[in-house]
Amino acid sequence: MNNELERKHTKLVRKLFFVVIAMFGFGFALVPIYDVFCDITGLNGKTAQVAAVETKYEIDTTREITVEFVTSLNESAPMLFFAETKKIKVHPGQYYTVNFYAENKTNKPMIARAIPSITPGPAANFFKKTECFCFTEQRFEPNQGKTMPVRFVVDTDLPAKYKTITLAYTFFDNSTISVKQ
Amino acid sequence: MSAVTVENDDHHDHGPAKGFMRWIVTTNHKDIGTMYLVFALAMFFVGGVMALIIRSELFEPGMQFVEPQFFNSMTTMHALVMIFGAVMPAFVGFANWQIPMMIGAPDMALPRMNNMSFWMLVAGILLLFSTLFVEGGAPAAGWTMYPPLVLQTGNALPFAIFSIHLLGISSIMGAINIIATIFNMRAPAMSLMKMPLFVWTWIITAFLLIAIMPVFAGAVTMLLTDRFFDTSFFDAAGGGDPVLYQHLFWFFGHPEVYVLILPTFGIASTIIPVFARKPLFGYASMVYATAAIAFLSFIVWAHHMFLVGMPLVGELYFMYATMIIAVPTAVKVFNWTATMWKGAMTFETPMLFSVAFVILFTIGGFTGLMMSLAPVDFQYHDTYFIVAHFHYVLVPASIFMIMAGCYFWLPKWTGNMYDERLGKLHFWLSVISVNILFFPQHFLGLAGMPRRIPDYAVQFADWNMISSIGAFVYGFSQLLFVYIVYKTIRGIDCEKATDEVWEGASEHGLEWRLPSPVPYHTFETPPDEIPTEHF
Repeated sequence: MNNELERKHTKLVRKLFFVVIAMFGFGFALVPIYDVFCDITGLNGKTAQVAAVETKYEIDTTREITVEFVTSLNESAPMLFFAETKKIKVHPGQYYTVNFYAENKTNKPMIARAIPSITPGPAANFFKKTECFCFTEQRFEPNQGKTMPVRFVVDTDLPAKYKTITLAYTFFDNSTISVKQ
Repeated sequence: MSAVTVENDDHHDHGPAKGFMRWIVTTNHKDIGTMYLVFALAMFFVGGVMALIIRSELFEPGMQFVEPQFFNSMTTMHALVMIFGAVMPAFVGFANWQIPMMIGAPDMALPRMNNMSFWMLVAGILLLFSTLFVEGGAPAAGWTMYPPLVLQTGNALPFAIFSIHLLGISSIMGAINIIATIFNMRAPAMSLMKMPLFVWTWIITAFLLIAIMPVFAGAVTMLLTDRFFDTSFFDAAGGGDPVLYQHLFWFFGHPEVYVLILPTFGIASTIIPVFARKPLFGYASMVYATAAIAFLSFIVWAHHMFLVGMPLVGELYFMYATMIIAVPTAVKVFNWTATMWKGAMTFETPMLFSVAFVILFTIGGFTGLMMSLAPVDFQYHDTYFIVAHFHYVLVPASIFMIMAGCYFWLPKWTGNMYDERLGKLHFWLSVISVNILFFPQHFLGLAGMPRRIPDYAVQFADWNMISSIGAFVYGFSQLLFVYIVYKTIRGIDCEKATDEVWEGASEHGLEWRLPSPVPYHTFETPPDEIPTEHF
């Protein structure tokens, strides 16, 4: 094999190898890109992870939105968990408080985390919570039950096509992996 | 004087090394091509046995032979073995054998890396098989390996993931080698637009591979760290999202299905003109159609996820983008048909397989088009309809063209003509049984039978039984193929092949101008002229 050909091979292989590394990086870059994309569009129904500041809205009494509450437990969480109100009708711009009840069914302390999700996804950006047990991990003493309030408002800018918003919480038992413990 | 002789000996090694070590250390593209093809054939049977376990269990409703967990392992392993162990290596085998001969190069560009990528493939597949024997059983969450289900795999998970890493590195190295060979080692007379179509389809496939395999490797690495190092890429409890995995997977997965079909198109575009005794109709449009399919494959991935929950605009975009793929694909089908139109056709075994490919691939393509419609996909999703669809584009398309390629080039490689009578028998058994096997699965899917289940409601019993009968006939008829190939290689009652092998073939490709069987080293100096009339 002559040297010129070998040089051509080295040059090309180096470029192709660079493409491979770049695509490997691209795979990982997609993780934050996905999060940002979902943040902007609200496509995956994720709500804000921190409390919204309680601002005053002009209450829109001309329309009523049905807000439903769904609770579920991840397989790993030995808990009792339900919403005290299953659904309420709300006016956009008005603040409401609903209670959720969760109980540790084991005789060990437990650290659990509730993950919220909004359906339909694009409505997530218009659903603001000023108080929620989902902002932090919750510590439960053995067999302890807690009533936890969620205070929320539906933004008056919510597009008219959304008549029903479903807020779903899933509790995960994070006792083994929590940094708090 | 003696020094000069030694140097000459180094540079004029005329034959293969003797003995077993020849196959371990070889850097000859023909040897490595043979190893890839033999390995692919072996894996085709291993994956086939897994398929027959699945079809035996589904022969009747109720649980007969295997545990549900093992059944799920079989569906998962069957897919992984067939994709990464059989179809892809078979295409790499053809690439190794044919690309240097088709472009007038002495060997692949990076022969040592070529050897390494083959043996990494073997290591990867062995690692995958080792999962059958670990606690918790082999991976059983489907070849797509969606979290959170896949994270419940037992001790097999890290083995499966490392196996995918090895297989990925192996195919990336193979792809780099193929690109370097085609870019740098073509005969001077062969411009890009004069390359045979098989070479064209492979270069596009190779670019797909280096773009997608690293993304897949990254995604499974995230699964690994989620399971063992407490990261939360896909774990909702830690702020991750399992749907992200599906996006990553299908960013790889959709181009991957074109990796499995584009070289098939290349083989068909090589075989059909020879037996139609005409130039390939629309050479340039074939090249552009292949490139268009490859490009589109990157922007349609979420049509695998219509039911995951997407806003309407997303569904519409992915629906229309997917439908557009039918256009370049139809260009290809029409070009093959036009190539045959008014040709002086003869129907030797490779041509029979090619004609069956054009027809049956079109059926598979149409069912794909049906599923691209988001609203009806809601009905078809995860039923036997999708199983029927992708088996139609993999078995009577990819597998048939691999078989056709073997019949087509085997006389050139071995110098012996295969047994035409047995070849035709193999074809007719395959083409009839493959339809008995997969066509009823369309009906099952439309009637609502879900995929990946070991037991089913009794109303699905009849078509499942027919499908299983087809599976056994198809599976056992492939043993005939092994016998034919063995007979041809050994030259047992075979005619000698002429140098041209097929009438007029030397006008269709450089490889047919070489003697049969092809010498161990070919085109040590590039050929002066190339057949141009037919490109």
